[in-house]
Amino acid sequence: MISFQNVSKRYNNGHQALNQVSFELDESEMVFLTGHSGAGKSTLLKLLAMIERCHQGKIYLKGKDLTRVNNRQIPFYRRHIGIIFQDPHLLSDRNVFDNVALPLVIAGLRHQEVARRVRASLDKVGLLNKERSYPQALSSGEKQRVGIARAVVNKPALILADEPTGNLDPELSEEIMQLFEQFNSLGATVLVASHDLALVGRMKHRILTLHQGRLVSAGVAAHE
Amino acid sequence: MSDPRYTPQAQYQTTKTSTSSQSQPQRRSSGLYYSPMVLYFIRHLQACVSSLGRMSLTPIATLLTIAVIGVSMALPAGLLILLKDAQGLLLTWQSSTDISVFLKVGTPEAEAESLLSQIKLMPMVRQATYISPEEGLQQFEKTADFNNILSALPSNPLPPVIEIEPMFHQTSNLELSQLIESIKQLPNVDVAQFDTQWVQRLYAIVTLVRRSIWALSSLLALGVMLVIGNTIRLLTQNRQYEIEVLKLVGASNAFVRRPFLYSGLLYGMFGAITAWFFVDVILLWLRHPMAVLAELYQSDFAITGMPLSSVLLLLLLGGALGISGAYLAVNRHINAMKAA
Repeated sequence: MISFQNVSKRYNNGHQALNQVSFELDESEMVFLTGHSGAGKSTLLKLLAMIERCHQGKIYLKGKDLTRVNNRQIPFYRRHIGIIFQDPHLLSDRNVFDNVALPLVIAGLRHQEVARRVRASLDKVGLLNKERSYPQALSSGEKQRVGIARAVVNKPALILADEPTGNLDPELSEEIMQLFEQFNSLGATVLVASHDLALVGRMKHRILTLHQGRLVSAGVAAHE
Repeated sequence: MSDPRYTPQAQYQTTKTSTSSQSQPQRRSSGLYYSPMVLYFIRHLQACVSSLGRMSLTPIATLLTIAVIGVSMALPAGLLILLKDAQGLLLTWQSSTDISVFLKVGTPEAEAESLLSQIKLMPMVRQATYISPEEGLQQFEKTADFNNILSALPSNPLPPVIEIEPMFHQTSNLELSQLIESIKQLPNVDVAQFDTQWVQRLYAIVTLVRRSIWALSSLLALGVMLVIGNTIRLLTQNRQYEIEVLKLVGASNAFVRRPFLYSGLLYGMFGAITAWFFVDVILLWLRHPMAVLAELYQSDFAITGMPLSSVLLLLLLGGALGISGAYLAVNRHINAMKAA
């Protein structure tokens, strides 16, 4: 599914965020990405989301060379991945339903189909009863679940999550991770960056560890 | 994901629950997505409505911006309208009598008539009319306050006049001067003078004024574009977060840009409507004094309101300035920004 081949990324300010990183991710695999802050976790996810571009090496996604996707194709590419951040990036002037519907409206789905999929997605994260609420009225755990519902509403083949539990207490964090496991079991490839080693350790998935931009451990899938 | 545009396709190919992957292609063919044409109209309608909605959220700021644009557009629009009317007036003057030939006082009517037929035969003369001293007096009596003075005079002081309308448009100034010189050689002619010289001077002044107005208009048009551009720039700054989120979930630059372009268009067009209002009010205000002045000059010149074609042009121009101002502001912003 995903293949990194000697990927390096240096920012314009000279910071070397990733250094010769190579790894493979299988289709429908769920993998954690850990490391101290500044180790390059976010950069790696941004390369996959095409928010940043690497300056060296190759990134393949389903055999497609991402380094050769041009800027005009990026929006279409993003419609096939779900991206979740620590901050759920909700729009405060729209209610939960409209927030989750955003990717589908952008993709041009018929409104009946939009409504159907939004409800299905909200149902999966357990917030179907909150579709008319505004983000301000939600708890931080609920907001993050709305963010996840929006990320998966397009049925993406790849879900990227950057510190999705950074703001949440351990119990809520566990729930969020279980949600990712659910989507993974439905066939999505999931890559979650987290520095919460205790939580990651309990989840029994392969762990990639970054240290100062280098991949120090590619781990082995726990169930293998 | 072999498709270069990453067009939507069935996802979860390796899904462990096989039912959904089987039903996916069927649902897609039965119209999951809006057709491109319908989508195009929906997108534009949404963008238009949402920009209107956003403008109404800050009514004071919106009205102030529109007023600024309206004033900037009203000034050149009003001046151009007045100029157009003035040019029409000049044309009517030009087509009236152009050369007056004053005969010596006491020239017998028979000789004047033969002179008239002689002049009529000259080239470059389209028309010539004889005005006897009596007719001249009648004309003067009609004109304003000369009545009293004229009645105080013991006899008619006016000379007989032949008015000549040359083929003005086919004739150069030099040829006209030659015409006048040759008329001056004729017997009984006292003075032959070129009435239109002052019209031509006025015409030259009008040309100068017109250029000045165009220069002013260009500057003010640039001003309108900058005002709208700046308004839209502030708008994009306020909505930076929203733009980031939209890009994050797969919005193209065009999708992000569209509502801002509509805001620019609406500002420009509302500004144009405001300008139309200002201009019409001012023209209405000028109408009466202008009518009085026209009366004094024996002219039926009247200020009309802004003609429909000018209003449409103003709207078009306002819209175009708005869109281009918005485009410049948004494009720089969107391209400079990465999602998240």
